[in-house]
Amino acid sequence: MPDTLHLAVALDGLGWHPAAWRLSAAEPSAPWQATWWTALAAEAERGTLDLLTVEDSLAMQSSRPDGPDGRTDQQRGRLDAVQILARVAPTTRHIGLVPTATVTHTEPFHLSTAVATLDHVSGGRAGWRPRVSATSAEARHFGRRDIPPVDPLRLDAPQTAQLVDDLFAEATDVVEVVRRLWDSWQDDAVIRDTATGRFVDRDRLHYIDFTGRWFSVKGPSIVPRPPQGQPPVAVLAHVPAAYAFAARQADVVFVTPADTTRAVEIVAEVRAAEAAAGRVDPPLRILADLVVLLDETPTLARRRRDRLDELAGAAYASDAALFTGSPAQLADLLTDWHRAGVDGFRLRPAVLPDDLSTIVRGLVPALRDRGLFRTRYPGGTLRDLLGLPRPVNRHVAASPA
Amino acid sequence: MPKQLILAAHFPGVNNTTVWSDPAAGSQIDFASFVHLARTAERGKFDFFFLAEGLRLREQRGRIHDLDVVGRPDTLTLLAALAGVTTHLGLAGTLNTTFREPYELARQLASLDHLSGGRAAWNVVTSSDAFTGENFRRGGYLDRSLRYERATEFVRTARELWDSWHPDAVLGDRAAGRYLRDADVGAFAHQGDQFDISGQFTVPRSPQGHPVVLQAGDSPQGREFAASSADAIFSRHSTPEDGRQFYRDVKARLARYGRGPDDLKIIPGVTFVLGDTDAEARERAHHIRRQQVSPQTAILLLEQLWNRDLSGYDPDGPLPAEDPQLDDDSIIKGRTRLTDDPITTARRWRALAEEKHLGIRDLVIEVTGRQSFIGTPEHVAESMNHFVQTDAADGFILVPHLTPGGLDEFVDRVVPLLQERGVFRAEYTGTTLRDHLNLPAARTPSAVAA
Repeated sequence: MPDTLHLAVALDGLGWHPAAWRLSAAEPSAPWQATWWTALAAEAERGTLDLLTVEDSLAMQSSRPDGPDGRTDQQRGRLDAVQILARVAPTTRHIGLVPTATVTHTEPFHLSTAVATLDHVSGGRAGWRPRVSATSAEARHFGRRDIPPVDPLRLDAPQTAQLVDDLFAEATDVVEVVRRLWDSWQDDAVIRDTATGRFVDRDRLHYIDFTGRWFSVKGPSIVPRPPQGQPPVAVLAHVPAAYAFAARQADVVFVTPADTTRAVEIVAEVRAAEAAAGRVDPPLRILADLVVLLDETPTLARRRRDRLDELAGAAYASDAALFTGSPAQLADLLTDWHRAGVDGFRLRPAVLPDDLSTIVRGLVPALRDRGLFRTRYPGGTLRDLLGLPRPVNRHVAASPA
Repeated sequence: MPKQLILAAHFPGVNNTTVWSDPAAGSQIDFASFVHLARTAERGKFDFFFLAEGLRLREQRGRIHDLDVVGRPDTLTLLAALAGVTTHLGLAGTLNTTFREPYELARQLASLDHLSGGRAAWNVVTSSDAFTGENFRRGGYLDRSLRYERATEFVRTARELWDSWHPDAVLGDRAAGRYLRDADVGAFAHQGDQFDISGQFTVPRSPQGHPVVLQAGDSPQGREFAASSADAIFSRHSTPEDGRQFYRDVKARLARYGRGPDDLKIIPGVTFVLGDTDAEARERAHHIRRQQVSPQTAILLLEQLWNRDLSGYDPDGPLPAEDPQLDDDSIIKGRTRLTDDPITTARRWRALAEEKHLGIRDLVIEVTGRQSFIGTPEHVAESMNHFVQTDAADGFILVPHLTPGGLDEFVDRVVPLLQERGVFRAEYTGTTLRDHLNLPAARTPSAVAA
């Protein structure tokens, strides 16, 4: 079914709309409970979705880009996303689990072993969205380096541009180290050879000896190569610098077109970035992000949006386009964008669990009717779901046959 | 009611205690192995599951050590997954403070405590070794003398972060549109020699308030750290005499910190071998020791004491005539040496080998790693209970020699006997690990402020 599309859901607290918690049937503190996440994952798996993502940050949610906003009327606080999805893993069987984890103040070694372990405990269903942290608020939580406050109105100021370039260059190094560590064990490193008393063949374990501007990492990993070899890396990208980062280091890119025209343009920009990077890996899976607010009829959906905006005190604005309407209308839009070259979608439910339920019970059947979405899981890893082959270990590929 | 035992299950580690060559030995990395051991421990109503940590593969003579099990999961990720397949079992993980920062680790541990319904525990270790540091941003920056300074300040800082959310911080008043009670929820500021951090912590107060804190160091500094900061000690005093002395020493330190003797549990790591008769158990114990000490392993263990390349020696031949080398540069990287006084120990080993006519391998089998409890289930249950009732410990962290079935027989045959004696729970009576361990509740932030 080459024409089918990929479908992901992005989970964040009680939903993406700032007033989601006011209308959700769930308890305001539901996101601190494991059952909240396992129920959402089960629902997404009922819809045979490719994967779910869980948002994360090392700072409190805020309506300001540079630090806490002191508000008490919106949902605040969140749990570690890797931990959430590790907790979800044994309760699910098919769906991909893609946590967000910050690369800026954290250790590449820990990130690598955490995602590798998520892959082991989920039987090959882990992915990872590396996130760059550019706020001075987060830097102060670690106290190890200064990140100057960024003026959100002057993002093109030279020192800001330099900072962003540096942070993305560091992120590139982090992903490089994480990936090298995943390959630092060959798949057949454990030999359990009783004759010689050797548990591993150390010639199949490799130092990575990475030295960069920000850190050096020796290796090898402490964790054997993950079941997928290389769990998929997904990058959320809004600008050409991020497309370039994705083209070099990612398997999946989440993009944010405002309409069909922009979708066509962004697909072209991503493909151009791949060419510029000399990418040899399979092409990026391009998933368009959409915030979705669904109801049986367009009128009911609009009413829900108006009610949410009224409770929030402002019309909702997001980096991604906001879709308000019926599942059938959304299916039309996704069909259009899919024809424009987008491989699939990451839907951000405005209110949880409501809009996820409508995705699963309304949108998914509509897409299946059009022959655009799977009716059952084929069985396998997240890479399998995404149509990505399992990569050969670089150390095996490099050695003579 | 007699004193109740604490029982914990240690996932078999990456040293020669773990026998991988046995036909019954399973994977050290498949999640199914962890599920098996955790569910067995929970079937036996154990207090907690325990996971060790290593952040660099061990090396000997400059090469990756290949004779023992190699490879393990990331501690926190694995424990969160186990929370999904267990309901009561505590989940304890070893997490190094040298290569982590308090904001991130406190956040992860509080998350684990939420996601497990109050079952998280943290075994605090601190390393000064530059060898492991090569895998991390800061390298081997920590001076050995500052290990406990860092550990103490790390734990104190983590507790400040855990206390930064009042239990009632989330108001959730939909009608009034008030999610938080106060805008400055999670606010913290810590200034010290190790950490200078401030901002807002993002995780609401977890079910236990503070995850249970374990500590494993044995030096006077380590004991003091435990007395001031920990809820339990993973000790290595597995003989009754050693145990009682250690127990008295540590418990006596508690009053200085305004704590009672029951506020710090002493739980040595121990091994066991069961048999239908004591003779059969002894035979099995000897068989396991031979599995644990292969000819190659015997030479490597000897090298750890001698700190020399002994690869030319015959495992069945005599011990080296020369004394150990006392260089600071250890032949083994990534684990601690066997003793602080290699010369004396080597002379003792040589004398013993001569007296009993033992070759290298048999000598190593004799002097290292003998199992703590060997006998029939009745005998082992009685010995363990006596150990605890005579205040040599408060319970045990059992280290099975096989993955993943090494605890099965203990749970099936010894636990019921302890339950019959009324010294171990027949059912869980609480939900959190603090409940199981009978530890006082973590002070609430308001009480801290008062």
